[in-house]
Amino acid sequence: MSALPTVSSLSMLLPFTLLAPLVAMLLIVFLPKEETKTIKLVAAMGMFVSLALSIYAFFAYNIEQGGMQFTLTIPWIPDLGVNLALGVDGLSLPMLLLTNLIGFSSIYASWNMDKRVKEYFILLLILIAGVMGTFIARDLFIFFLFYEIVVIPIYIMVIIWGSSKRVTKEYAGMKLTIYLLIGSAFLLVGMIALYLAAAAGGNPTFMFEELAARQDLYSPAFQKVAFALMIIGFGSLISMFPFHSWSPDGYAGAPTAVSMIHAGVLKKIGGYGLIRLGIYVLPVGASFWAPYIATLAVISVLYAAFIALVQKDMKYVVGYSSVSHMGYVIIAIAALNPTAVTGAVAMMFAHGVMAALFFAMIGFIYEKTHTRNISELGGLAHQVPRLATGFVIAGMASLGLPGTVNFVAEFTIFIAAIKVLPVHTVLGIAGIIFTAVYILRIIANVMFGPRRSEWDHLTDIRGPELVPLVLLAFVIFLGGMFPNILMGLIDSGVNSSGLAEVLETVSQAKIGGLF
Amino acid sequence: MFKEMHDLFQWAWLIPALPFLSFLLIAFVTKRSKGLSSTVSILAILSSLGMAIAIAYSVIRAGAEIVEHPAIVTVNWLNIGGLTIDFGTIIDPLSAMMLFVVTLVASMVQIYSLGYMHGDKGWSRYYAYQSLFASAMLGMVLATNLLQLFIFWELVGLCSYLLIGFWYFKVSAREAAKKAFMTTRVGDFGLLLGMLFLYSKFGTLDFVALSAAMSTSLQDIAVVGTAGYITVMAFLVFMGPVGKSGQFPLHVWLPDAMEGPTPVSALIHAATMVVAGVYLVARMYFLFDFASPEALQFIAGLGAFTAIFAASIAVVQNDIKRILAYSTLSQLGYMMFALGVGSFSGSMFHLMTHAFFKALMFLGAGSVILALHHKQNIWDMGGLWKKMPITGWTFFIGILAISGMPPFAGFFSKDEILANALQNGHPIIYAVGLFTAFLTAFYMCRLFFVVFMGPEKPENHPHESPWSMTIPLIILAFFSVVGGWVALPGHYNFAFFVHYGELHHVAIDWFLAGISVIAGLLGIGLAYAIYVKNVISAESIVARFPGVYKLLKNGYYVDDLYLWIIHHIMGGMGKILYWFDINIVDGIVNGIALTTRGSGKLLRRTSTGQVQMYAMVFFFAVVVIFMVFAFGEGQLSALNPLATLGGVK
Repeated sequence: MSALPTVSSLSMLLPFTLLAPLVAMLLIVFLPKEETKTIKLVAAMGMFVSLALSIYAFFAYNIEQGGMQFTLTIPWIPDLGVNLALGVDGLSLPMLLLTNLIGFSSIYASWNMDKRVKEYFILLLILIAGVMGTFIARDLFIFFLFYEIVVIPIYIMVIIWGSSKRVTKEYAGMKLTIYLLIGSAFLLVGMIALYLAAAAGGNPTFMFEELAARQDLYSPAFQKVAFALMIIGFGSLISMFPFHSWSPDGYAGAPTAVSMIHAGVLKKIGGYGLIRLGIYVLPVGASFWAPYIATLAVISVLYAAFIALVQKDMKYVVGYSSVSHMGYVIIAIAALNPTAVTGAVAMMFAHGVMAALFFAMIGFIYEKTHTRNISELGGLAHQVPRLATGFVIAGMASLGLPGTVNFVAEFTIFIAAIKVLPVHTVLGIAGIIFTAVYILRIIANVMFGPRRSEWDHLTDIRGPELVPLVLLAFVIFLGGMFPNILMGLIDSGVNSSGLAEVLETVSQAKIGGLF
Repeated sequence: MFKEMHDLFQWAWLIPALPFLSFLLIAFVTKRSKGLSSTVSILAILSSLGMAIAIAYSVIRAGAEIVEHPAIVTVNWLNIGGLTIDFGTIIDPLSAMMLFVVTLVASMVQIYSLGYMHGDKGWSRYYAYQSLFASAMLGMVLATNLLQLFIFWELVGLCSYLLIGFWYFKVSAREAAKKAFMTTRVGDFGLLLGMLFLYSKFGTLDFVALSAAMSTSLQDIAVVGTAGYITVMAFLVFMGPVGKSGQFPLHVWLPDAMEGPTPVSALIHAATMVVAGVYLVARMYFLFDFASPEALQFIAGLGAFTAIFAASIAVVQNDIKRILAYSTLSQLGYMMFALGVGSFSGSMFHLMTHAFFKALMFLGAGSVILALHHKQNIWDMGGLWKKMPITGWTFFIGILAISGMPPFAGFFSKDEILANALQNGHPIIYAVGLFTAFLTAFYMCRLFFVVFMGPEKPENHPHESPWSMTIPLIILAFFSVVGGWVALPGHYNFAFFVHYGELHHVAIDWFLAGISVIAGLLGIGLAYAIYVKNVISAESIVARFPGVYKLLKNGYYVDDLYLWIIHHIMGGMGKILYWFDINIVDGIVNGIALTTRGSGKLLRRTSTGQVQMYAMVFFFAVVVIFMVFAFGEGQLSALNPLATLGGVK
């Protein structure tokens, strides 16, 4: 590895994207805490720069060329083989964009925050930057570092700005944190084992590409164990049954912005990790566990959908619904098929945008009415029509209505997975019926129905509050109507990263290739 | 000459695009100005109507050429490894006919709504939804592949949901909208599955390519069990139409859908969206044709059952719109069984004539409802013919058309279906269809006699509706009269253009037609005897068969059964699983946490906050890693203890 950074023409693009929120954070540190308006504006500016850069990256990425682009590699701890290596490809670039879309929206969803504003935005920006870092890291060590950074702001934010409903916010915060940490402990073990195994083949390295290139070094038995560790770690992050129970409680306790980021992107680190590190680096292990994972995934889909049917708190409905939707991502990963993986990444993107919009709308409702209890609400479309529009759009995206990006993602998953895992997929598709039932139930009971005079004083969302609705809904429809914009990029990511070939080999060697 | 037409057909995408543009304009620009919103919407749909007429004219001029070779234009929509989907427009006589019907009825309904929705607060929203619906429906008609059709299929479902629940402040409307969405979703689940299986078997969803692939793979003896496989797919695909076109047992949403504004019922729940299922079966007819004969027999049986089932319920309903809704269900059953017995062009023909006369009757009912300030019970009405002559006369034309009286539109289409059923060897289906025709004539005339001829109610002060409402009635009445004449025997008649497989020129069988007319006349006569002359007392019949009356009145209790299932099975399941989740799954986690916390308390003297937890976990992880090193020699064998723990060698 050369001591000099490898500089490509746009190698500073990603560092700037990552630094923009951190610079904003530093500026806020030096602002007096009474200047709440300025603090919010600075935070928004920082995220705007970051969002603009990631949109630029999205369209400047050369799909024909494929592979990692906008790369920057700086050796950090050469003895251990740790590099500060950044870069994006078709798998991570959508996730980077997603992080910024949601991060930017979450600033505006918190526009009415009035409690310890300065600390709140400092932590929020750290959180966003941390999540962003995991997606642009090309080095496992850096990936893990960013992942751990994320835990701290989340914990503090839930404890201070969260809300206590079914469970106290302290409980929710603790639960979120512990799950993240237990998951990361398993990951850490798997990661180090992988590192050591790979080091047998030459220079020690944490680089994803290198780890994947040295696949021949990992014996099937090793792969099985290492993948099992990964599936516990990433599986609890993506809230796979039975590691899901942090998700509804955590979202319910967390403040709006944290729910948006957590459900929208943080959870996707689990799926992303399973793809980038799980099936890419450890394909034999993946193909061993795939049937079991697929079964757990189907249970996630149906089990969480049923539970969502009987929830009283809106956030619990969306919380369980996200467990259910992530089941589709896991089914797609377990299918070990390039098209299915494309669908999985698309589904993570689609679900992220939808969940963020949903949580933003619920956040506004809660802010205005001080309740999220479905039975206490009703007929809100009379008083807050724009909010109702956003709520219905999020709901329709959630139930995978064509015209939304969610449909494209689900359809891609189904069409690819049904060949490989027909029974699982058919059962999973049955989930779309239950999804419709619980989504329509909350739309009907919260937004429609007779006018209730106790909500006559509510004001509709306006000005900055409209940003999450406009931005996220636009993305939902754009992706739904012109799917090639997103899907083409992901597809190139799956093919040019070499993942497609790995999957090809492993699915051919599936029978008899293990022992 | 064909070249010029192709230029026109290339612009067919504008037909759905214009209403969509109007939707966007209303939603983002004109929504504050009521007048502008409706103007934009109506202009858009009239332009689409103009284009549809031009296309229909070109198709007729092209003759046999277009029947053999549909004009298809496609662009790529989604292209990733292993999945390529195009969007496009297909112009053939079938789609040209549908385009004309949809744009005509939609235009009439939108103009009619100027009067009916006058003063409504949601005016702009209403026209936005109307435009969106028209766009989605037309996009569906033009679809060149099953996925495109499915996408627009779901979007018309969305518009239906939004328009049924248009008056969202009414709890009944809200619940009806929800029910419609959920019920059709059950059918769509099957359709989606069918589509996925089709794709994985044939690698395409394009109608033309699928049809070709099926005929070749069926000849390939090596593909064992293909016919059985195709039959399964045919049944799955058929689930979609069962939901959308209200076939038993997914018919329950349509009567409730009457909670929407009446023009919506006329457009979506009578003339256009509900026939989407019939249209889909027609578009995919090759699938049912290549499948084993059970598939088409099943369609015929289910359609016939739905026809008589819904008609029997319609006999005892009192709500004017619900009578019409059950009548729609029954007529949809007619179209469906027509497809099942191989009367392809008869089914499409009936789809067209039904769209005219049923839209006419719904709009007529709307005119009555508006005049009586939203009364819908037919027994609160009476003697309206004199007060509302245009509504009365046009409604009367609709009644004659649906009762199959010559020379009105329904006569020709119904007769063709019944004749085909008998000729193709389905005597039972024929008998059911004939009896349904009798019932239809009876309950429609019951409605008409009670509403328009019965004694006047002094509390009502009806007056004729404004021109915006009566002109659409007159236009639709015109088509309800002449719409059937396109099937008169001749070379270039309806069946020449719209048919499947070999073209058979069949003359009208006047003997069978005579029987159908007699059945219709019997129905009319019976209704006349009961409700005008009072020769027979309806009350005494009800008193004689109270059980039957109650059963019919409650729609055979299908709704109650579903409600019970949703409340007890699904809700109960959800509650049990939720209990399991917070007590068992979560309980285990909390148990572990408590143990950890307990041991943590032993380890540390001071307990302030949760940071210790982090340390604990981290500590635990480090210990594990240390053990891995300690017990192993090399990196790979290092993991052996772990591997044994994992149960794998």
